[in-house]
Amino acid sequence: MADTKERTPQSPAPDPAAREHARLAMRGIRKVYPSVVANDGVDLTVMPGELHAVLGENGAGKSTLMKIIYGAVRPDAGTMHWNGEPVQLRSPNDARALGIAMVYQHFSLFESLTVAQNIALGLDRSLSLANITARVVTKAKEYGLDLEPERPVHTLSVGERQRVEVMRALLTEPRLLILDEPTSVLTPQAIEKLFETLRQLAHGGCSVLYISHKLDEIRALCERCTVLRAGRVTGVVDPRQQSTAGLSRLMIGAEPPRIERPRSDRGVVAVRVSGLTLPKQDEFGVDLDRVNLEVRRGEIVGIAGVSGNGQAELLDALAGEDRRAPSDAIALFGESVGTLGANARRERGLHFVPEERLGRGAVPSLSLADNILLTRRASGIVRRLGWIDTQRTQTMAAGIIERFNVKAGGSGAAARSLSGGNLQKFIVGREIDATPKALIVAQPTWGVDVGAAAQIHTALLALRASGCAVLVVSEDLEELFTLTDRLYVIAAGRLSPSVETAGATAERIGEWMSGLWQSSAEASSNAA
Amino acid sequence: MRLEPRATPSKVMMFASPLIALAITVALGTLLFVALGKDPLRGLSVFFYEPVKSVYALTELGVKATPLILIALGLAVCFRANVWNIGAEGQLLLGAIAGGGMALLAGPQTGKWILVAVLIAGVLGGMAWASLTALMRDRFHANEILVSLMLVYVAEMLLAYLVYGPWRDPKGFNFPQTQMFVPGTQVPILVPGSRLHIGFLLALVAVAAVWAYMFRTLGGFRILVGGLAPRAASYAGFSERRALWTALLLSGGMAGLAGALEAAGPLGQLTPYVSPGYGFTAIIVAFVGRLHPVGVLFGGLLLSMFVIGGELSQSRLGLPKSLTAVFQGLLLFTLLACDTFIRYRLVFARQRAWTA
Repeated sequence: MADTKERTPQSPAPDPAAREHARLAMRGIRKVYPSVVANDGVDLTVMPGELHAVLGENGAGKSTLMKIIYGAVRPDAGTMHWNGEPVQLRSPNDARALGIAMVYQHFSLFESLTVAQNIALGLDRSLSLANITARVVTKAKEYGLDLEPERPVHTLSVGERQRVEVMRALLTEPRLLILDEPTSVLTPQAIEKLFETLRQLAHGGCSVLYISHKLDEIRALCERCTVLRAGRVTGVVDPRQQSTAGLSRLMIGAEPPRIERPRSDRGVVAVRVSGLTLPKQDEFGVDLDRVNLEVRRGEIVGIAGVSGNGQAELLDALAGEDRRAPSDAIALFGESVGTLGANARRERGLHFVPEERLGRGAVPSLSLADNILLTRRASGIVRRLGWIDTQRTQTMAAGIIERFNVKAGGSGAAARSLSGGNLQKFIVGREIDATPKALIVAQPTWGVDVGAAAQIHTALLALRASGCAVLVVSEDLEELFTLTDRLYVIAAGRLSPSVETAGATAERIGEWMSGLWQSSAEASSNAA
Repeated sequence: MRLEPRATPSKVMMFASPLIALAITVALGTLLFVALGKDPLRGLSVFFYEPVKSVYALTELGVKATPLILIALGLAVCFRANVWNIGAEGQLLLGAIAGGGMALLAGPQTGKWILVAVLIAGVLGGMAWASLTALMRDRFHANEILVSLMLVYVAEMLLAYLVYGPWRDPKGFNFPQTQMFVPGTQVPILVPGSRLHIGFLLALVAVAAVWAYMFRTLGGFRILVGGLAPRAASYAGFSERRALWTALLLSGGMAGLAGALEAAGPLGQLTPYVSPGYGFTAIIVAFVGRLHPVGVLFGGLLLSMFVIGGELSQSRLGLPKSLTAVFQGLLLFTLLACDTFIRYRLVFARQRAWTA
């Protein structure tokens, strides 16, 4: 952070005539997909050595713009200048030839190969593996990146894997590096490490395009920021001189909604997990190791952690989709339910909102009314001989649409026709509508627009006030700090002791996300 | 010119695709007749006019359509569950063997109830054969496509063994066939003087029943969800194993029923040639019918025309019987090609990018 302060702040919006000096100048970019205008007259100017953010909500058109810059998508209209020269990219190969490199949000690494082999796969074939290994070592030293070329990728943590992707990009000696939402899977410490690398890179003259919707990260890293909303540029600003509210206004057109936190009293233990140990079911899963967890009525408990540390496995065991747990390892209101199936647990008042909305929380091609049947069969919509009361499923779906303000074409609309936020409102609404005694929600607002996220948060807090036990599993620390009463951290299949959210700091939770909670465990168990 | 994904799958193409595929098949068939040196008009009339030109021809159409519809209804459920049972032919043969075996037990004094026993035996025979596939997939994760297909050949061998061996008619001049079944086991005829039997009515009832099962009951919903989104099925608490067994037993039972109806209906005995490949043709029927019960009804009638047309072209035009298979293959092939346009559309636009 000290590094950025030494730089002289540039004027927020440079003269468009600065095109000749710009590393990259996009003008009037337009891209229309069958159902949406993804980019509508977008301008973007990136100077040499500039740390430039592209800020916008999901669906604002950030990814499309990046794909156009990287040559993966051709625009319907608009021009692109590279170092003052007009260029037309036909494929990512053209982009790489210019010196543009991209680090995608989702890694494309082969688990069974080593770091060096993975990097070799993305590079010029004429280079020998030994040569690449040597270059990796040199680059790693130059940037202070901790990376062993000989290690197989499956032994690496998520942060290390991302370093492999970054290294692959660095070895091409890029003049422009694009990173798409790179921090969504990183701990706060790993994020800071990535930022140091990026600052050093920019210092060496490489431009960095940083795509994100996280305001604090952009303020910490970038010196200029192009904000997109619904495919259009709504502002080009210096994020360091903007307030969160100001950036938020540009991004969503409004102040971030305030969330009321109604009072709630903690009641009896609703969900108790004791000493749950489960071996992984597939090769790339995580073993659960002596997990202890408690959720009381009237509280929201959070589980923080980088994804892939056992969240999916724990949720499967809690929801009853994985029934290998010993019966008494999981208890619902004192009753052992470890071997009961998903539906039996649902009948006992435990409802679950999975992370994957399309394909798990809802069947994409079926109507919302039909999707009611997935979890609400106990509510009298199935009559004798399994006959479905379609009238009733439609009324229920319509009721949920109305109550939770879901924008959808009625109860007959296919689940996939809804936007991510609206579908999530429907799914969360479907489970809340069942008046659950305990609710587990995974990534409640992942990929959801700010307005819908606020509605979902408000609904969860109302549920808490009504005496429901709520467990939220999320990668978003900010969300956990606003929502929860108590926090656990999951790392490598082990669950930390819990801490009161009011007494926790992001630094400490970040430390715990690396599995280092033994040292401070005593302090926290006093607090809990 | 390029393919571009549609925002939503096209409803129009969904229904138009089989019709376009049929038109292309007819066009290609015309070329085929010309290439074979036959009058194409005469060739087409054998396939598309002769099977519907008289009441008797129509009853024959119904006779052949009956097993196709019954089997394809079961397959439609199976395929929607993402269970790829392509061994309905074997399940049909086992239905014929079990039903035929039951019919052979009957004597001249046996009551009319024997027909019910024959049909139930057929259903159970088909189910038993399908359950082998289900068991292999369930216990050993064996691929059901391979297992069900291989079991077809086992079923053929079993049938051949029985009619060449223990069940051979001692007074049958050494022909590989059983005795003719006693009249009491004969499936009642619908139209006097024809071979159309009440199996056709059963097929119509089955269309309605399978429709209701698929779209109005929780059992059918379980199967649909399991096929559409396995993770959602697991989330809902629907058992994958149960869906596998239900789908295979249902389609096996339907194929077995079709086999028993064939044996106790038009054939009246067992021979090694119980089925001209109904079990395989029904796969095409299921897809032409969009895996929908009502579609299957029309698909069954259409493919029945092909079966009859193939037989007629042998006698009328002196063409090999395998012409039927060629037509069926053409239809399935063009159908799958046309189905591309349900999710994609052709764009003829020039490349407009980078011109502004």
